[in-house]
Amino acid sequence: MPLYFTKEHEWIRVEGDTATVGISDHAQEALGDIVFAEVPESGRHVSKGQEAAVVESVKAASDVYAPVSGEVIESNSTIADDPAVINRDPEGDGWFFKIRLNDAGELDGLMEEVAYREWVKTL
Amino acid sequence: MSVEVQNPDQTAEPPLDKLPLDAWHRSKGGRMVPFAGYDMPVQCEGIIAEHNWTRENAGLFDVSHMGQLLVHGRDVDTALEKLLPGDLQSAADMKPKYSLLLDDSGGIVDDLMATRRGDDFYVVVNGATKHGDIEYMRRLLPATVVVDYMKEQALLALQGPRAAEVLETIVSGVTQLGFMQGAPFSWQGHNLWISRSGYTGEDGFEISVPGSAAAELADAIVAHGAAKPIGLGARDSLRLEAGLPLYGHDIDRETTPVMAGLNFAINKRRRAEGGFAGAMRILAELENGPPQVRVGFEVEGRQPVREGALVLDGEGNEVGRVTSGGFSPSLSRPIAMGYVATSLAGAGTALKVEQRGKLFEARVAAMPFVPHRYHRKGAA
Repeated sequence: MPLYFTKEHEWIRVEGDTATVGISDHAQEALGDIVFAEVPESGRHVSKGQEAAVVESVKAASDVYAPVSGEVIESNSTIADDPAVINRDPEGDGWFFKIRLNDAGELDGLMEEVAYREWVKTL
Repeated sequence: MSVEVQNPDQTAEPPLDKLPLDAWHRSKGGRMVPFAGYDMPVQCEGIIAEHNWTRENAGLFDVSHMGQLLVHGRDVDTALEKLLPGDLQSAADMKPKYSLLLDDSGGIVDDLMATRRGDDFYVVVNGATKHGDIEYMRRLLPATVVVDYMKEQALLALQGPRAAEVLETIVSGVTQLGFMQGAPFSWQGHNLWISRSGYTGEDGFEISVPGSAAAELADAIVAHGAAKPIGLGARDSLRLEAGLPLYGHDIDRETTPVMAGLNFAINKRRRAEGGFAGAMRILAELENGPPQVRVGFEVEGRQPVREGALVLDGEGNEVGRVTSGGFSPSLSRPIAMGYVATSLAGAGTALKVEQRGKLFEARVAAMPFVPHRYHRKGAA
């Protein structure tokens, strides 16, 4: 399953015409202890680059942007109940939401995993 | 993802100077951020872990950014009383007193600890305000009173229920101190000034040590298994739970000691006699009540409300603002501090808080949120 990243540190794992979105390990590390997450409801339409979720650590509040446009088909209630899951497993159990892609072409501008991992080392 | 609300103390300005423990923090894995003109560790292991460690064991804080001053000269106590509302004339030797540096309209220039040490007063002020404080005091104190900035001194705080046990193994005799009592000590040939005080709500000590010996002392402290280095992040969450105001956020020149609920810092004699900066307004507020007062808030749900959020009454009128807020690791819930109209300041009053277009249910809460556990002599 192809995995892409944004320069804003979201990841998106694509499976056919659906995809799972979360924040990267680098992002959770930078945020520190996460104490709150708000995920979009199923059925909501999100647009590429727009705010889709909220994540807050002890020190900071952040918006999570939709890496691509689409309809939210599932959101992760686990992270709302236990936000620390995002610190423990940001790119696995700490996923935020799943969407049905509007336009697979929007994936073209995203970073591939190797490029992202190399890039964050320079930050 | 974008980080919207950074720690408001972080500035983009380059650090002015290195603190004595700069390299020490980096060697311990401290994540350094600009703070009060220096690079300081915001966290080492993680804010929540460090917070809980301090509540259960002993946390070592580097507060060397704070300004340590020695104020001396003829009649230094009466001279300082022109700027501070504390009763310094009757201040007992080696007993730190919390006080406030005031401007002419009763606004708070800084909050501080002042300790009579023989003929001198040892005064500890906030880091971000120290240069302004020194300038202000030198300008307004009589020429016979001298303000020396003890630039070469580092300041460490060891806080938590095991702080006394840890420090006693290094500096014998510190457990004899009661809360808000200080004394000179000697360690490895270095002069230390240690007081049993701090800003976390826990028992603990503040240790003034020559900067050149600070790393050695910090090493000796963390060599004890019960002590770990703690960053600024946990320092902030600990003092918020303890209900203690942070200068530049919860108190500033727009607030008076009475608005801030710091009336304990103005004793009977000073209330009767006045004679301190801003006395006219402050005495009137003591008599008639201030327009707004500092309170705690318990916020419904899990999302923290932070500095700058508005406080609204049931009809949506703005009645105050949040000046500090965050997630309480000890209570696992959001807590906040701020100002509301005095008529709405009673514990339990239901209010709303507005942040980024979202409304939160909140109730005025008694502070401290987490009980203080100071070591008062005579108490169990």
